[in-house]
Amino acid sequence: MSDIQSPLPGTFYHKPSPEEPPFKAPGDAVAVGDQIGLIEVMKTFIAVTADIAGTFKGYNVDDATPVTAGAVLAELD
Amino acid sequence: MAIQRLFIANRGEIAVRVVKAAKALGIHTIQAHSEADTEMLAVKLADEAICVGPAQSKDSYLNIPAILEAAKSTKADAIHPGYGFLSESPAFARAVEEAGLIFVGPSADTIERMGDKVAARQAAEAAGVPVVPGSDGRIDVSEALTVAEKIGYPVMIKAAAGGGGRGIRIAKNEAELKTLAPQAKAEAEAAFGDGGLYIERAILSPRHIEVQILGDGETAVHCYERECSLQRRRQKVWEEAGAMCLDDETRENLCASAVALAKAVNYRGAGTLEYLYDEAANEFYFIEMNTRIQVEHPVTEMVTGVDLVAEMIKVCGGAALSMTQDEIKKTGHAIEVRLCAEDPFLNFMPWPGVVSTLKEPTGDGVRFDHFLSEGYQIPPFYDSLLGKVIVHAESREAAIDKLVEALESMEIGGTKTTAPLHLALASDPEVRKGAFHTQWLEPWLEAGNLSATKGDAA
Repeated sequence: MSDIQSPLPGTFYHKPSPEEPPFKAPGDAVAVGDQIGLIEVMKTFIAVTADIAGTFKGYNVDDATPVTAGAVLAELD
Repeated sequence: MAIQRLFIANRGEIAVRVVKAAKALGIHTIQAHSEADTEMLAVKLADEAICVGPAQSKDSYLNIPAILEAAKSTKADAIHPGYGFLSESPAFARAVEEAGLIFVGPSADTIERMGDKVAARQAAEAAGVPVVPGSDGRIDVSEALTVAEKIGYPVMIKAAAGGGGRGIRIAKNEAELKTLAPQAKAEAEAAFGDGGLYIERAILSPRHIEVQILGDGETAVHCYERECSLQRRRQKVWEEAGAMCLDDETRENLCASAVALAKAVNYRGAGTLEYLYDEAANEFYFIEMNTRIQVEHPVTEMVTGVDLVAEMIKVCGGAALSMTQDEIKKTGHAIEVRLCAEDPFLNFMPWPGVVSTLKEPTGDGVRFDHFLSEGYQIPPFYDSLLGKVIVHAESREAAIDKLVEALESMEIGGTKTTAPLHLALASDPEVRKGAFHTQWLEPWLEAGNLSATKGDAA
């Protein structure tokens, strides 16, 4: 089991846009480099990617929530 | 009628600027803030502060009911909107007026009229202000050829129904227009369900020049022009007062045209008319009006000595303009650079750090407008502007030298800033000559002119 942490402080989003489904759903396979979310920092959107492979367990924070750098955004099994 | 309790519905450096100006006028200041901004400098400086909502702007600084509620509960009699956020929202200005408070800016009707591109263009033409030659409203493909012949190539083809950059094409001659106009029509039909086109002369590589105006609803004056051609992604990064590329006659005509338009719309408050300037043809064209105080207003204050923020507060409180045109004199040259929390060596990646050390640039003719303090965590939720370094000297050359000294003496630890970009620009021969336009900075960056070594050496 491992955590995916936020690289920057900002607002975390599960989805590429409000109308689309989340990047990952529980049970999805996650490869190294897969995008799992977006961080909005100072009006710029930065991709959050997995640095290890695994199975997506779930998001640890709600969609469109403020997060600090290092906050655990999601967990992998 | 004069304002006694001013509510500041903004954040960052402009909130600090407004709080200081209002306090100097003896006005009680009430600072709005989001949950993420409790530690910001304007909150500490204001007489009182009130939370208007969560971190995200749409829930706080853009939340009209929350702001009005906070203004009423703190017994404010006026609201200053700053720039950005709700400053150019007619709905907000109208809500403030309807709540019986003073909006520090023009009327909601003026904001609405000047915020509509077509209405603003018509108002400009009616006041005798030159606009980019173009078609009179929407046209079809065959009319486009006739109109282009009249206004001259190159022409820009836009969707009449569109906004933003969608469907914009540039045709250099008739052959290109014959190919591109049907494409633009098809794209406009697909995107907007309306194939109507609009064409205007394409001004390639223009300079961006703007005129500062002040009005009290009865009369208006100008405080000369600024040049803001150094832009990245349509954001100004370096601004000057005045524009060295203009001769005296052109400057006089430009400023007179701005005053004519301001008077024609009975403008109240501080405003800016933006123009494109075609240097080769020595022609200027009105593009839009900003009905608020602007980020770069300090360069105008430095060369004229006019306190624009104080003046807008006074006239919106019902006073007549405190100066006549003859009393507004210009001395020397001023430059402002925008300091953003970004890493200029890493494609301007945002960098919201904690300010570990702060040594402000100081000295004669040096001004630093900012909202930083040691230990301050720069919030990640808003734009990256941290402050502005402004310098004033006898000549442009001396102002650039002073800018270098100011930037080198300044220290902001714990975060990245765009200061290295400004040092590199200040040492560039083209910038020194003033030989640039709005399309200059991005290719300069792409060509690798900003490298770590150059930034350090500058």
